[in-house]
Amino acid sequence: MNDTSIAGRRPLDLVLVYKVLFLALVAAFVAVPLLATLLGGFKTLGELRTNPFGLPQTWEWQNYTDILLSKRYWQLLWNSFVIGSFTVVLTLIVASMAAFAFAHIHFFGSSMLLSYLTMGLLFPAATAILPLFIKVRDLGLLDNYFGVILPQVAFSLAMSILLLRRFFKDLPHELLEAALVDGCSYFAFFRHVTLPLSRPILATVGTITFVHSWNSYLMPLVMLNSEQLYPWPLGIMIYQGEFSSEWHLILAFITLTLLPTILLFIFAQKHIVAGLTAGAVKG
Amino acid sequence: MSGKPAASGARRRAASDGRLASLLLFLPPALLLFTVFVVLPIGEAAWYSGFNWNGFGSPTRWIGFDNYRFVFDSRGFGTAFRNNLLIIAVSLVIQLPLALTLALMLADKFRGSVALRMLFFLPYVLAEVATGLIFSFIYDGNYGLLASIYRTFGAEAPHLLASTQTSMLAILVVVVWKYFGFHMMLFIAALQGMDRNLVEAARIDGASRWQVLRYVVIPLLYPTIRLSVFFAVVGSLQLFDLVMPLTRGGPADSSNTMVSFLYIHGVSRMRVGYGSAIGVILFVICVTFAITYKRWFMRDE
Repeated sequence: MNDTSIAGRRPLDLVLVYKVLFLALVAAFVAVPLLATLLGGFKTLGELRTNPFGLPQTWEWQNYTDILLSKRYWQLLWNSFVIGSFTVVLTLIVASMAAFAFAHIHFFGSSMLLSYLTMGLLFPAATAILPLFIKVRDLGLLDNYFGVILPQVAFSLAMSILLLRRFFKDLPHELLEAALVDGCSYFAFFRHVTLPLSRPILATVGTITFVHSWNSYLMPLVMLNSEQLYPWPLGIMIYQGEFSSEWHLILAFITLTLLPTILLFIFAQKHIVAGLTAGAVKG
Repeated sequence: MSGKPAASGARRRAASDGRLASLLLFLPPALLLFTVFVVLPIGEAAWYSGFNWNGFGSPTRWIGFDNYRFVFDSRGFGTAFRNNLLIIAVSLVIQLPLALTLALMLADKFRGSVALRMLFFLPYVLAEVATGLIFSFIYDGNYGLLASIYRTFGAEAPHLLASTQTSMLAILVVVVWKYFGFHMMLFIAALQGMDRNLVEAARIDGASRWQVLRYVVIPLLYPTIRLSVFFAVVGSLQLFDLVMPLTRGGPADSSNTMVSFLYIHGVSRMRVGYGSAIGVILFVICVTFAITYKRWFMRDE
């Protein structure tokens, strides 16, 4: 009896060994580039060449402090923050109003209009980027935060409306009917009942929209000319161009621009994953 | 008794009274933004693609379908299109199986499983541009990690991004690095929502681990797999932000995607007609794929 149980366990242990090895390999594949970036920012250029993997011999804090003390770094983060915040607020207002109408008001053509608004899921913004540029220029919004914000809101509406509508539909409809009989308006109900009850989904949609905007590159690249308005993905490309092969500085700069993303990820991880899987169910 | 019809009548009246006014309040902002910044530009792309136009004044030099001919005749666009297909292939053949394997390993909680999930998901949250720059450091022939590995073996360090032979390969590795965690999370969510009784029943009936996986778990995952494939293809067709910091489509247009080709040859030179024609081609590809795929593979959802 004893023998068979040992024999029965041995192949299982081997599976476990393979599993651990495999996970370690993938973990190294993901982590090494990130750690090399973080640590590379603490090295001198010479050391980066001779010792790209290990810990720095002397920690060059100045690479980081110089960037943290520069106006440029904070300007980039501020621009990204402004564009991201306006994009989120406008998306949430516009999408939640439309989603409410689709969830709770029955009207002719409702499903057709919903399909119209969710068509945006099918193709990337790049397909129409040139006409979009001309439109934004004709509206006088070129080189203006709103030249980036408004198209970003427009392109994020499809997914946001779908997610919000599904959540709104699950809220009890009887509540709305009772409120209407008591003379409450649709808008008052939306404002005072639906929105407060929908905080989790609003947080999810808001976080996803913010991350998209924070990381976006094409729209600002096309719509903005002045470096003072550049969000960080554009700014970091300029920085890399200027310092071409001084990788120790570029790596420090990359690390510092990724810091807010990683902090956001740690705090809002729940909302990011929730949005991803909720969005996934519907496609 | 008599109060009931009256109440429902009042209810109906109250509802219909406010309804139109509410719709006029709730819908126009979304419709306006979406129409102006999404739908109209698509229509205009189709219109502009018939002109030879640099974007100033109004388009006057109508050249019919010539822009489309120029696009198809250029060597660069064919390469870009093939590169997109290559990205799709790598996503489907390497990325999704990797993601599925990891999901099966990490769906159950054990020490470190949550930490590993988060680590694998992290690249997805980082900006494409930052990711591209990190890897252009890694691939750098003088300072990069790969170069130093070559040097320890006494070999000449390759400049992967500077060669037409290897630039695309280098990008494909970054694509897998960045996006496998996203698919892994989709699979983990599906596995956690799965009815465990079916798996247990199959085990009790004497099915081996492999049989359970092959005949119970994977079939239950089909809806998620189909969705994952959909995201992988649509995402692959859009790839742009990663390409720019790594190679800018070079050398010699060898590593362009359709979008980076559109940007480099259309947007940055303001060839509005030409760029719009590429946009329309990309639009047709995306929409055709999305509609066909939904009709054939995602009918039940």
